[in-house]
Amino acid sequence: MGKAVLTGRHFWYGNIAIAEGAIAAGCRFFAGYPITPASEIAEHISRRFPEVGGIFVQFEDELASMAAILGASWAGVKSMTATSGPGFSLMMENIGLGVMMEVPVVVVDVQRGAPSTGLPTLTAQGDVMQAKWGSHGQYEIIALSPESPQEAFDLTIRCFNLAEKYRVPTILLASESVCHSAGKVVVPPEEEIEIVYRKKPSVPPDEYLPYKPDEDLIPPMACAGEGYSIKTTGLTHDERGYPDTTPEAQEKLVKRLNDKIRMHREEIVEVEEDFMDDAEIAVVSYGQVSRPAKRAVKMAREEGIKAGSIRLITVWPFAEHIIRKWAKQVDFFVVPELNYGQIYLEVKREACGNAETILVPRMGGRLITPEEIYHEIKKVVGR
Amino acid sequence: MEETCELLHPIDRWLKTERMPHIWCPGCGVGPTIHAWVRALERVGIEKEKVVYVSGIGCCGRGSGYLDVDGFHTTHGRAIPFAVGLKLANPELCVTVISGDGDLFAIGGNHFIHACRRNNDLLVICVNNFIYGMTGGQLAPTTPHGGYSTTSPYGNIEHPFNTPHLADAAGAVYVARWTSIHVRELELSIAEALRMKGFRYIEVLSPCPVNFGRRNNFPEPDAMAKWFAQSSVIMHGADTSKVAIDMGKPIILGNFVKREGKPTYYELLRKLEEMRRKR
Amino acid sequence: MRRRARREVMFAGFGGQGIITAGFIVGRAAAVYDNKEATLTQAYGPEARGSTCYSGVVIDDEEIDYPYLLNPEVIVVMSKDAYEKFLPRLREGGILIVDSSIVKPDDRANKFNVYEVPATEEAEKMGARIVANVIMLGFLGKVWDAVSVEALRESVKSTVPRKYLDLNLRAFERGVELGEKALQKRVEV
Repeated sequence: MGKAVLTGRHFWYGNIAIAEGAIAAGCRFFAGYPITPASEIAEHISRRFPEVGGIFVQFEDELASMAAILGASWAGVKSMTATSGPGFSLMMENIGLGVMMEVPVVVVDVQRGAPSTGLPTLTAQGDVMQAKWGSHGQYEIIALSPESPQEAFDLTIRCFNLAEKYRVPTILLASESVCHSAGKVVVPPEEEIEIVYRKKPSVPPDEYLPYKPDEDLIPPMACAGEGYSIKTTGLTHDERGYPDTTPEAQEKLVKRLNDKIRMHREEIVEVEEDFMDDAEIAVVSYGQVSRPAKRAVKMAREEGIKAGSIRLITVWPFAEHIIRKWAKQVDFFVVPELNYGQIYLEVKREACGNAETILVPRMGGRLITPEEIYHEIKKVVGR
Repeated sequence: MEETCELLHPIDRWLKTERMPHIWCPGCGVGPTIHAWVRALERVGIEKEKVVYVSGIGCCGRGSGYLDVDGFHTTHGRAIPFAVGLKLANPELCVTVISGDGDLFAIGGNHFIHACRRNNDLLVICVNNFIYGMTGGQLAPTTPHGGYSTTSPYGNIEHPFNTPHLADAAGAVYVARWTSIHVRELELSIAEALRMKGFRYIEVLSPCPVNFGRRNNFPEPDAMAKWFAQSSVIMHGADTSKVAIDMGKPIILGNFVKREGKPTYYELLRKLEEMRRKR
Repeated sequence: MRRRARREVMFAGFGGQGIITAGFIVGRAAAVYDNKEATLTQAYGPEARGSTCYSGVVIDDEEIDYPYLLNPEVIVVMSKDAYEKFLPRLREGGILIVDSSIVKPDDRANKFNVYEVPATEEAEKMGARIVANVIMLGFLGKVWDAVSVEALRESVKSTVPRKYLDLNLRAFERGVELGEKALQKRVEV
């Protein structure tokens, strides 16, 4: 067997960092379909998996890839797929099944210019709302957005941990500019990497109900072949996993699927705050835009402007408690995004009129620069 | 104290009896097909804990919930890729997909041919009732040319798939066709398939008195079953290119294809891993 | 407003010359062997061979706020098209290193610090024009102080295929030698 955790200092493309993060997290099943700008993840995994005993399959499409990782996860193996916008759209069908069956899996979306085929080789942040709402129905999901290759590695591991803990498909909302650029990635020693496994049943099979939650609203998960005679379905179901297509069952199940994430929001949400103590203007950013945003804030500070930075490492569930808190202090939220206003609307909603929210939109194709964001901060100061 | 005598059906230990009655209509072939499958599992002696039933959407989809085995009721058309993932991740399991013709050959057609091509280690049983039964009788990719459905009210202008031929051409290692009234032959065929490795395919022609028969000159509940009985000709090893179903012509049944020695996807994967390790 | 610590180099040429690999080796040298921060970005297009391409490396002592080139101080040019296309991006007073076997700088280059390196010819003398990029790396290591020659050498070792290691190391040392000579010449002048 080859080494799973490549402890040391590396110079990796974001896509390689994601693949290595998955391997370090214990992922041993990968299903995918080639797509720019995510293909290098599959390519790297196809090379590495035979060294670590993982199973890589290139499927006929993203529909199959997504279905396959659900199946593999039910067999007890940590599983992942990776794609970009057009493939992400196809995966929505079985992301919904993953939510309904409560399957821990990780889906990587390397965002590129869109709609449709858009800009296959250039960056964007247009899939943020799709990550949250893309499959039909009301559900909560977890999505993390890395700002660099280092974070692509770290957050891929965290995605697996969250998926396992909360039994929900978890999305790494990456982007072309992070994945097709290389940077320094430091991989810690294996024993320093926190790895979470799904909760297993503590009762014998004849007492086990696959969808009976514990107090944390998360049901322990038995896997295929363990003798629990699991019943699971994409239909609305009861605690036994039997279809129960009544309004009462719907109320109970769908409410729990949402609440199990919502009640753990503060545990799941991770943000990085800089210069916020006395900030009057807060730049709210996520993913690739965060690096230029943080620089812009430092540039403003050098000019004596009381600017701060709130970086959303967790995009979903939304950091509403954080925004609500700072809305009482700051006068402005400045939200640079490579889209025409997605997280901006979330920030605006949670600001509740206590602070003014200003969108700095770019449609994608290139990353916004620190100077451009700084310029917007200056404009706000002038108001 | 009153003495009670409990009568057990031979396959009761495989059923979630508390879930009965099932949802299938009288005269339907899904039940007999699952029955034959369970008897074949018993015949081959497969451990119940290792049996996994994956289904898609449609009348067949519900089957996975009625049996006391691990059952996965997945999305429309995606039973095969779901099962491929499950089986690859735990090769100890005995994984069967039982699904309908619409699920496997319309929305799921691409997955079917690619799993055949890769020789994924699965048994796929298609209950072909020529129609979308659960949703009320719409045109299927197996509806005979000229057949009536709610979306081909003037007769079907399309040509149906000859599914055994499709499976054969795509590389399945076992291909057979029976009907749900040939329960004995079907059981033996499934047992034969269960003893093999690789992608195995069995088509089971099934009556749908309510949604196909009613609109296609089989007005009585048993009329389709009678059609099968009267028109069936058993030809083991038949050339699959010649077994297309055409109303008014003989229906060819039998165990058509048995390919020995073709390695499964998993076997090749492990070999590759071995090679990589030695390097 | 840009901090002095941020350093930028661009490699430009055509697909197949190892332009991206050259950038990767520099980035890896800085990040892994000099333990600085570095990013590599590149032009991604559907085409792979023969068309103009570039890679850009940013090196910094702290977290890199913008991974793309903003204002390159060094451009290593290995094709005529790349010379035409990317020369305007070079910072005033910046270093222009041209593969003089392929490109002859014209008057527009006068305002830069120009080095002419016959990299392709030198590589051909070694029997493989494919290592022209590595000759350029050795040269770059001598004339630019953002990344060390030692780190570049280690990075070449860990990046190139094992069976071509000797060839590449010879090419690298040749580049270093040419770099030393070029620097001496400057001093003499």
